[in-house]
Amino acid sequence: MSDDFTLPEDKAERMERCAIFYTDVVPHNHALGLRLVDIRAAEATVELPYAENLVGNPETGVIAGGAVTTLIDATCGTAVFLKLDRFAPLVTLDLRIDYLRPARPGIVLTCVADCYRLTRQVAFVRAFVHQGDPGHPVASAQGTFMRTEE
Amino acid sequence: MSESTTPPLAELVRQVRKTREYKRLTDAIPYTRFMGIGVENLAGEMLCRMAFNPRNIGNSLIPALHGGTLGALLESAAVFELLLQTNTERVPKVISLTVDFLRSGKPQDTFAKALVTRQGRRVANVRVDAWQDDRTRPIASAHALFLLSEP
Repeated sequence: MSDDFTLPEDKAERMERCAIFYTDVVPHNHALGLRLVDIRAAEATVELPYAENLVGNPETGVIAGGAVTTLIDATCGTAVFLKLDRFAPLVTLDLRIDYLRPARPGIVLTCVADCYRLTRQVAFVRAFVHQGDPGHPVASAQGTFMRTEE
Repeated sequence: MSESTTPPLAELVRQVRKTREYKRLTDAIPYTRFMGIGVENLAGEMLCRMAFNPRNIGNSLIPALHGGTLGALLESAAVFELLLQTNTERVPKVISLTVDFLRSGKPQDTFAKALVTRQGRRVANVRVDAWQDDRTRPIASAHALFLLSEP
């Protein structure tokens, strides 16, 4: 199956195709400044740069949980596309986020999402968010997504 | 980080609980201002509203709101419910948040109502629903846990 929706095999080309979901076709990903920084077989890494207008607590300067939710949702979606090897209509069924430690202000948040199981209709994804040390995540997440085609 | 005219958050919360000038509080938080999330009294009930903004779109083809923006609205509604309708002294810290996405969010204003199902000394459990035209057909719902105080 080779069409506009199939992801190319070459990693750089795959990255480029997936990156348009951050730079172009998804307005809210672009509004938050999300950027795709790495991909693997079924894994996506996306960064949320620190920005003053995303602060949820003006006294601590910590980024709002809502922005982290968006980062995780977006990264998980890309992980599913990578696992599928193609872009397919996808909806988020549910997303659970555990906040493991306080995020530090002024530092980029990096989300790594892994689509670890794909059935005909449902994709299962887990994700971690860190601030430089993947071994000390600030949040972990678990999401399920449904393919809406067919 | 806060401007000299803005009182500390705890003091602002105490004032807004009395005056119900909710915009003073939601404007003091950069993210809620950015997202167009506000608190309103409608028919004697405190609700959250996320004003539609093309920037909040996740899927341009349908078009539909980004799931993350619905998560943001639900979490904000829970935080404002705890801040304004209970007597917590400090900004509650979210421990976990689970969101069910039920229907796609149309490009229009979205409302949310939070219900504190249990408020203990240290932890609060909150449920939140979000809807657009029809409150009986929610587009997303969440349950969240918050830490209210340090030991």
